Amino acid sequence: MPNDTHQPIAGKEIFSLANVSRGFRKGGDERQVLDGVNLQLHEGEIVGMLGRSGSGKSTLLRIIAGLIQPSSGDIRYLGQPLEGPPEGVAMVFQTFALFPWLTVMQNVEAGLEALGVEPKERRKRALAAIDLIGLDGFENAYPRELSGGMRQRVGFARALVVNPTLLLMDEPFSALDVLTAETLRTDLLDLWSQRQLPIKSILIVTHNIEEAVFMCDRILVLSSNPGRVVAEIKVPFPHRRNRLDPAFRKMVDDIYALMTSRRNAHTTQKMPLELSSPLHEVSTNLMAGLLEALAGQPYNGRADLPEIAQTLLLEVDDLFPVAEILDQLGFAELKEGDILLTTAGKRFVDASTQERKVLFAEHLLRHVPLAAKIRAVLQERRGQRAPRVRFEQELEDSMSDDLAQETLETAINWGRYAEIFSYNDHTETFSLEDVEGAT
Amino acid sequence: MTRVARPFIPATARRLLPNRWDFIAFPLIIGFLMVSSSGIRQTWAPLADLQTEIISLDPANLPEYALRTTLRMLAAMVASLLFTLIYGTLAAKSRRAEKLLVPMLDILQSVPVLGYISFTVTFFLALFPGRVLGAECAAIFAIFTSQAWNMTFSFYQSMRTQPRDLAEVAVNLRLSPWQRFWKLDVPYSMPGLIWNMMMSMSGGWFFVVASEAITVGDKTVTLPGIGSYLATAIVQRDLHAVGWVILAMVVVIVIYDQFLFRPMVAWSDKFRLEDTVAQAAPESWVLNLIQRTRAIQYLLRPFGKLLRTVARMRMPFSLPAAIHSESRTPLSRVIDWLWAALLVAMGLVAAWKICAFVLAEVGLSEILHVFGLGLITLLRVVLLIAIASVVWVPLGVLIGLRPKLAERIQPLAQFLAAFPANLLFPIFVVAIVHFHANPDIWLSPLIVLGTQWYILFNVIAGATTFPNDFKEAATNFRIRGWQWWRQIMLPGIFPYYVTGAITASGGAWNASIVSEYVQWGDDKLAAHGLGAYIAQTTAAGDYPRILLGIAVMALFVVLFNRLLWRPMYAIAENKLRLN
Repeated sequence: MPNDTHQPIAGKEIFSLANVSRGFRKGGDERQVLDGVNLQLHEGEIVGMLGRSGSGKSTLLRIIAGLIQPSSGDIRYLGQPLEGPPEGVAMVFQTFALFPWLTVMQNVEAGLEALGVEPKERRKRALAAIDLIGLDGFENAYPRELSGGMRQRVGFARALVVNPTLLLMDEPFSALDVLTAETLRTDLLDLWSQRQLPIKSILIVTHNIEEAVFMCDRILVLSSNPGRVVAEIKVPFPHRRNRLDPAFRKMVDDIYALMTSRRNAHTTQKMPLELSSPLHEVSTNLMAGLLEALAGQPYNGRADLPEIAQTLLLEVDDLFPVAEILDQLGFAELKEGDILLTTAGKRFVDASTQERKVLFAEHLLRHVPLAAKIRAVLQERRGQRAPRVRFEQELEDSMSDDLAQETLETAINWGRYAEIFSYNDHTETFSLEDVEGAT
Repeated sequence: MTRVARPFIPATARRLLPNRWDFIAFPLIIGFLMVSSSGIRQTWAPLADLQTEIISLDPANLPEYALRTTLRMLAAMVASLLFTLIYGTLAAKSRRAEKLLVPMLDILQSVPVLGYISFTVTFFLALFPGRVLGAECAAIFAIFTSQAWNMTFSFYQSMRTQPRDLAEVAVNLRLSPWQRFWKLDVPYSMPGLIWNMMMSMSGGWFFVVASEAITVGDKTVTLPGIGSYLATAIVQRDLHAVGWVILAMVVVIVIYDQFLFRPMVAWSDKFRLEDTVAQAAPESWVLNLIQRTRAIQYLLRPFGKLLRTVARMRMPFSLPAAIHSESRTPLSRVIDWLWAALLVAMGLVAAWKICAFVLAEVGLSEILHVFGLGLITLLRVVLLIAIASVVWVPLGVLIGLRPKLAERIQPLAQFLAAFPANLLFPIFVVAIVHFHANPDIWLSPLIVLGTQWYILFNVIAGATTFPNDFKEAATNFRIRGWQWWRQIMLPGIFPYYVTGAITASGGAWNASIVSEYVQWGDDKLAAHGLGAYIAQTTAAGDYPRILLGIAVMALFVVLFNRLLWRPMYAIAENKLRLN
């Protein structure tokens, strides 16, 4: 990456991670959540970690916070090897993690009390932080009395009051509504630009591409399963950034393209699903909805991903899975950050409810080996029944238990919609009972 | 196999009702007890020729005794269930009935379970003169009184908190009250009801042991079972037999849990309202076996069909349909007023009758003395719950924070809570007799011997479900030591602790009757306290004094709950809620 930006030259190194991996043991062999991650954080920069669910970005954040241990790799904080939770690293949580039984003031003071700060000094510093973050007047309120936005402000005040060197933020705005989130982002950026914050550097974990481009000086894009840094992007725009600026839009588009194409980075060919490919919970209603939206005005069969995400109010984590599975099923195609309707997709949109099921069944059996396998096993067996564990165990050999569950649940939902098999949750068995034309 | 999820709140802990009607319910219930015994005493004579079986201490008889005890438990459970469905429905659907029924339930559950038995045993024996059936009924009724109130509260509360949209759908589909009852009321209440059944059942073992061998005055009733086997072992000073009966009880509880309750809890999971799948759905191998074996399914089919048909009938009679209708006509207001006046009058009459009955034999100074004994027992309950808390809260937290360990300890704690502690009493008593220890001090631990485990397993559940984000925030902000307990963990588990402590203290009051007055062969040990007073007056068959003792204890329990646990529960619900 060229380094010809207008940003101030990055300052002293705060954190450095070299070749950090984290895995969990599974049936004798190790499965990686994070695989060989390298990363440096410097004074004076906001760094974004962008990835989808399953990319291990939150795990990486918690490794830096000293909350979990990496399986291997070298981590240095201010030049020293990291041992346990480091002093001077404060965290802001997605769920706010405010203690509901403490007032705003007590929540903010808790971290100071732990550092052994005198009560008088504690109070002074807490009030200053509350003031800075715009919470004055709420000192005696309990978190449950506050709106989401105000709660997250308490989260910020609690983190800032201990004068941390590094501020870690784990999707801090994703539990807030759009307007509140934007206000909080700009407030934080203003304080940062005016150098009113004691912190030297900020690391944000997010799955929101626009948010990353809006806030960060540098963005690391992580791949999923296992998590690896696949790209590092410098954001050259000065604050306050204009989301409608063509250069801003271009960068957002590029990252969308990067994140949807990264699976076939090495080959130009689309990789078909395998029996052991994880399937992510996507409802058939959402698939049909996206196809219909694509076919309609103003897209007429082709849409820009960021644009359609915004119109349909879908987060990246909602949009990508549905777009990708439509791509795999052959109803749509992903190309350079755009999504295109295929002929089959067009036929699906025009079909009646019953015809849609037939068409979906055909594509499901052709493109999703797990669905085809379940159907085939049922047809082979006498009585045309098979227990859930039969498939569960097979999946668990190649993925984590949770993922195996999700994959099987997804296959069940799609299979039920397509009426290629039926499933009884009480007895946990698949069968071909009540399935039309099954012999 | 283990569920470490948040247990349901015991239904009794969170009722949301006015309490001025308690003043009427209280005399009514005590008066009812009085009538059931004194009105019947003329028919006492036929009891003399009641044939009771001789209990043999041969361990070979234990399986049969255990079976009979279990059957008694089952019969009581069926009775409790019927009572729950009828009483709960009436209380929830009729505004006027609610006014009386709910405070009555509250008092009913404050009356010590073993207090009922001395009165009801005479009633049932008179009902079936000279036959064992009467004694059986009395024992079953005792177990019933330990289970029914809790379950009824749970059912009533579920009915009252039904989601509005489901109720509206029932109206919109024009379900008859009978159909609605089976389609909505019962299924919606099922998870809470089953959980409370399980809790009640845990308590039930204690009372079944206590109620199989009872002496009221000069009449001793012995029913073959685990409890009477124990009683015989105590009279004959046979420690080996005590060992055998403990073993038998362990086996029975494990079988009961595996074959009845675990399947029921796993099955009732399908009635949960949330659309999301629980993180750890309850599992039961027995249920899996039943559901997955086609032969069993085939056998069960006719029963299912019968039940469905019954539930689908429209039924000509109508249950009170309107739930708390808003509009009240002047006429209905007059009826309300008359109804209230009638209740007040009944309460006053009952109060007057009780006073007359008690005061005829007991002087004012003795009444004061009994209140003094109540204070001693109160002190004992408070102190021992406090000691148990100091021990089990920190341990429970440490266990709960280690999921692997919690998974192993939790079933053990639940088992210990169900195990009737009175089976272990002889071991303590032998030691106290041997060392000539002071019974006022050394009998005290017995009252929390069985119920302390409720504290442990609730605290473990609380620590297990403590949000991970909070743990991480505490670590991130370097909160440790005393500050960690004070600001993070203790408030976090407080709601669970209160739930456990309420159950534990309720159990302790009940246990005081059997644990303040114990015997081993001819050695009789008594501590000062209200429990011992009730036990001794029962043994003497002195009805006015039994009634006095029970009334005072019920009063103490009601006040204790109102003044201590309710406010603590309110704090837990309002201030310490996690969301």
